Amino acid sequence: MKQPGQIKALPASIDETLELLAGADYLADRSLATVLFLALKMGRPIFLEGEAGVGKTEIGKVLASTLGRRLIRLQCYEGLDVAAAVYEWNYAAQMIAIRIAEAGGEGDRDRLTHDVFSERFLVKRPLLQALEPDPAGPPVLLIDELDRSDEAFEAFLLEVLADYQVTIPELGTVKAEHPPIAVITSNRTREIHDALKRRCLYHWVGYPSATRELEIVRAKVPGIGKKLSQQVVGFVQALRKQDLFKSPGVAETLDWATALSELDTVALDPATVSDTLGVLLKYQDDIARLEGGKVKELLDQVQAELRAAE
Amino acid sequence: MQDPQGRLAENILYFARALRAAGIPVGPGAVLDALAAVRTAGVGTRDDFYWTLHAVFVKRHEHSVLFDQAFRIFFRKRGYLDRLLALMSPPVPGVVPEAPPAASQRVLDALFAGAEKVEREKSEIEIDARFTVSDREVLEKKDFAQMTTAEIAAAKEAIKQLVLGFDEVMTRRLAPHPHDHIVDMRRTLRSSMKAGGAVIDLKYLGRRKRLPPIVALVDISGSMSQYTRMFLHFLHAMTDARKRVSTFLFGTRLTNVSRALKEKDPDEALAACSASVFDWSGGTRIATSLATFNKLWARRVLTQGAVVLLITDGLERDPDERLGFEIDRLHRSCRRLVWLNPLLRFSGFEAKARGIKVMLPHVDEMRPIHNLESMRDLCRALSGVGGRETDPKTWLKRVA
Repeated sequence: MKQPGQIKALPASIDETLELLAGADYLADRSLATVLFLALKMGRPIFLEGEAGVGKTEIGKVLASTLGRRLIRLQCYEGLDVAAAVYEWNYAAQMIAIRIAEAGGEGDRDRLTHDVFSERFLVKRPLLQALEPDPAGPPVLLIDELDRSDEAFEAFLLEVLADYQVTIPELGTVKAEHPPIAVITSNRTREIHDALKRRCLYHWVGYPSATRELEIVRAKVPGIGKKLSQQVVGFVQALRKQDLFKSPGVAETLDWATALSELDTVALDPATVSDTLGVLLKYQDDIARLEGGKVKELLDQVQAELRAAE
Repeated sequence: MQDPQGRLAENILYFARALRAAGIPVGPGAVLDALAAVRTAGVGTRDDFYWTLHAVFVKRHEHSVLFDQAFRIFFRKRGYLDRLLALMSPPVPGVVPEAPPAASQRVLDALFAGAEKVEREKSEIEIDARFTVSDREVLEKKDFAQMTTAEIAAAKEAIKQLVLGFDEVMTRRLAPHPHDHIVDMRRTLRSSMKAGGAVIDLKYLGRRKRLPPIVALVDISGSMSQYTRMFLHFLHAMTDARKRVSTFLFGTRLTNVSRALKEKDPDEALAACSASVFDWSGGTRIATSLATFNKLWARRVLTQGAVVLLITDGLERDPDERLGFEIDRLHRSCRRLVWLNPLLRFSGFEAKARGIKVMLPHVDEMRPIHNLESMRDLCRALSGVGGRETDPKTWLKRVA
């Protein structure tokens, strides 16, 4: 349970939003901060789309931790249904209740139905939990990788995201008094229907610029040297310009930087890069493309650029 | 503050119209949202204003570019934005909002000038493209003959009767079922309650079946041109009849025409296709087109058990190992790869061309079409479960 003292008010401006994120080492572009600020202020869900590993999920987590809110995460997958996402009845307990009523000679059928389908027997799943009042303020509802669920589930989300309510046939409609902060992410493995997007504020999370990425690496990998961090970021940025099947994301950059500093590397050399390339590139033909001198070529280019910038 | 607020609403409205003209679907709801958003965020700097409108109006990554152009053109050199910024920022003692005469007329001018500009830029890109492509590419516009009513009716009928042999995917979702083996506790309990809980009447769930998404890759090069109209009509009818159908056309380059085919009227749909494709009846670069598809689209459309319908004669100009690599990757990223080859119109066809020999080992089925003359022939070729006739090995053995 969070202490009430930790609750922070919502940011009052775009600059405050930027500061808030930076407080948790999340260095965002101003465009992203604008969208977040608007979503918080207007009570709208945020729809984040982008390549894998650019920090979409992280935004939900950072919002929860910096605002002192509870994080409720719904990881989407194919076949996700209402029973796993919203609510389910506790059937075993219901059965027992029926048997007890029988043994006690309870004859009123309506009364029994009413008792058995009461909140006592309701098992709450993430979406319903997010609608409940929370002493720490409305929670952050992170609906992760929505593109993995099937369209049928997407249609169900419409009610939840537009009105922040859920209808349970046996019980009635549950409506959130204070709407949760909803963050939806998608890797774009399929198009999400326009009807859902229309209800959200949309933002495409792209790869960061070299300066921003350097700041991110230095914030997230504290032990890293100045020169190494510059080289790492320069190399990754150069890689993204290559014709690769999957360009490395920020997550890969951070993994690589951590790996290199664990290996006590001071500066990049072709051999080290080739040995650790698996951290950055996850497709065999992408790795094959960089074999045979290509790594050295890129590295020389990065070093030349760094020297020129000095 | 009333005046700037009023003009702000007006300008956002006109800007939304400009966006609509540029091809971003913006509804009236979005205009209200935009107004609320601008009021919430306060207009601080040009950048903030830009991203505030961006957050509300742009719902697809590809629309970002259009939005950017429209924003630049709309608010260019008009001083409006600067004045607006000055008015909306808190300390504004003594700033009299100078009302430019006939502001809305000028905005209208900007709107239409903008539309022309975008149009012109587009055509410039086209012309540029002409110079960059190789001499083998023929850039040609295509006019399709209008559909007759009988033709449309026949197509609908044929599609209705079409039963694809590869057309059922088990999902992980469950649905009520009369006798499957998973107990549906919820329904069981509800029906038991009817009898006061004395009798437990078991109800069951079964796995739900679903039609898989279909991705069609259609060759529109010269050798296939006589069939193009029929294929497009067929795919339009398919798009109309089922949920997820994506269509890509390729000759020397790849074009996604899925949205164009969503037009209800087949003539309009085909005209829209015709307008978005520039390489009708030219050469074929199957490997390049497949590579583009694999890199840019495969991860977006080939999910949830998609079936790929590859419609080509397989006559690649210069087949090399890249073709094999790309078709192999395509094969690995979809559930089923079905090749529909109209070259098989002669029953004595043999898979002799090199491109065909390279591609055959990587497809799941090769559907032959002898004598493709009507939609019914096409549907017949695609119907049913494939047997020896559709096994690529059969064709390979014949040449070996």
